[in-house]
Amino acid sequence: MSKKIKMNDEDYPTTGHEWDGIREYDKPMPRWWLYTFYLCIIFSVGYMIAYPAIPLLKGATPGLLGYSSRGEVSEHIAAVNAKNADIEARLLATPLEEIGADADLARFATAGGAAVFLTYCAQCHGAGAQGAKGYPNLQDDSWLWGGDIAAIQATIRHGIRNDTDEDARYSEMPKFGEILEGAEIDALANYILQVSSQEHDTVLATAGEPLFEENCAACHGETATGDREQGAPNLTDALWLYGGDLETITQSITNSRFGVMPAWQGRITEAQITQVTFYVHQLGGGE
Amino acid sequence: MSLFRHHKKIETNATLLLVLSLGVVAIGGAVEIAPLFYLENTIEKAEGMRPYTPLELEGRNIYIREGCYVCHSQMIRPLRDEVERYGHYSLAVESIYDHPFQWGSKRTGPDLARVGARYSDEWHVDHLIDPRSVVPESIMPTYGFLMKTALKPERIEAVLVANRRVGVPYSDEMIALAESDMEVQADPDGDWEDMVARYPKAQVRNFDGQEELTEMDALVAYLQMLGTLVDFSTFQPAASR
Repeated sequence: MSKKIKMNDEDYPTTGHEWDGIREYDKPMPRWWLYTFYLCIIFSVGYMIAYPAIPLLKGATPGLLGYSSRGEVSEHIAAVNAKNADIEARLLATPLEEIGADADLARFATAGGAAVFLTYCAQCHGAGAQGAKGYPNLQDDSWLWGGDIAAIQATIRHGIRNDTDEDARYSEMPKFGEILEGAEIDALANYILQVSSQEHDTVLATAGEPLFEENCAACHGETATGDREQGAPNLTDALWLYGGDLETITQSITNSRFGVMPAWQGRITEAQITQVTFYVHQLGGGE
Repeated sequence: MSLFRHHKKIETNATLLLVLSLGVVAIGGAVEIAPLFYLENTIEKAEGMRPYTPLELEGRNIYIREGCYVCHSQMIRPLRDEVERYGHYSLAVESIYDHPFQWGSKRTGPDLARVGARYSDEWHVDHLIDPRSVVPESIMPTYGFLMKTALKPERIEAVLVANRRVGVPYSDEMIALAESDMEVQADPDGDWEDMVARYPKAQVRNFDGQEELTEMDALVAYLQMLGTLVDFSTFQPAASR
């Protein structure tokens, strides 16, 4: 290092500008700053050689490292898939009912299933699987189409009443507003209030009973406890998908309901289907 | 460092500084922007892309009018977490008929580039009327008025013409039939076969569940087609881009 000579402020030239007696020194850039600047220029040259940079006639120079953002993302995905390959293969080879018995698999399925659930299912069923009006709560033990693990998997795989999967579960409640008179619907609604142990008009409910047997019992059952084969809900409990008050029940009878769920087979991987099946099953209501 | 002494001339001459700055910026712009217009590999071709149907295009206009883009981007970046959450990363060609494009990096809500066919129409309607009814933690505004606002079919022809002027290949036939195409897409009982022939993969449903053709129909039709045109089970994107 050469000897540092400390210059006095008076020794520096000024820029020659003067404002009311105030002048500006013309001091050199700090060394550290200048060298960092030169280093950046050198780095940029190296960067242009290593990475795709300069546009030519047909395409940009590819760079020596062969980097591409698409290549990078597929590498990242492949790396994670490779790490999970063993346990995923084991998960797929294990019958659904036996996953819970293997602590490693159960942990893998629950954690992965929770991520899948938050990505694809939470928008309708809620982040905590609590459901919303028209979208079933998955925490309770009331299931429309069955709550054992195989039934849950079939629902996730094929969905409900969609027109994209031939195996989607399907049933269609008629719009009784086009079949019955207003008074009859009123009577029916009161009968449903009665079977679900709510306040009701006894006279109307008695009139509704034969109407129920004639129009509704085929799907909802003679005791109104529902039929999972047809996704017909139990009407005697306190759990309602759309609401259990007189007004909502009347609406449901008049216009019917037609809840749709997309099919997830083909959209998420088999391992993800198994994971989210296990996750939903272990939330609390699984049978 | 005598070279830098000359810099003083530039610094003390405002007009010269302005002219030279403009020159530097122009070089930067030319190098960064111009190649995008001639490089063949900027936009790869992908089977399945088609111009928006009139109803979808009207939905897109509502999307822009309501400022949905302020919170939602339509660009899935090639990053593992985005690909795993939203689906295949977006291709440039998927925005080829977008004027203006809906990319972006600010996401208050989720990315919508592949929201199509992910939820039911009922969900979209419920969610637009009251987002909290299906997503309790949502901070999205309500758009229930779309259910009551009738679409104005008479302007759609002009919208298609405007898009054609900026390069969207709408044929004369498409423009002439825009009004009826728009109405028939929301009417599964109508004669929609010709419309679907003109716009392959167009979804025909009564999107809002009401008899009238409303802005809700258009917006849901638009949302339900987003990201569904390119079939990624058969399309192999070039890895080197």
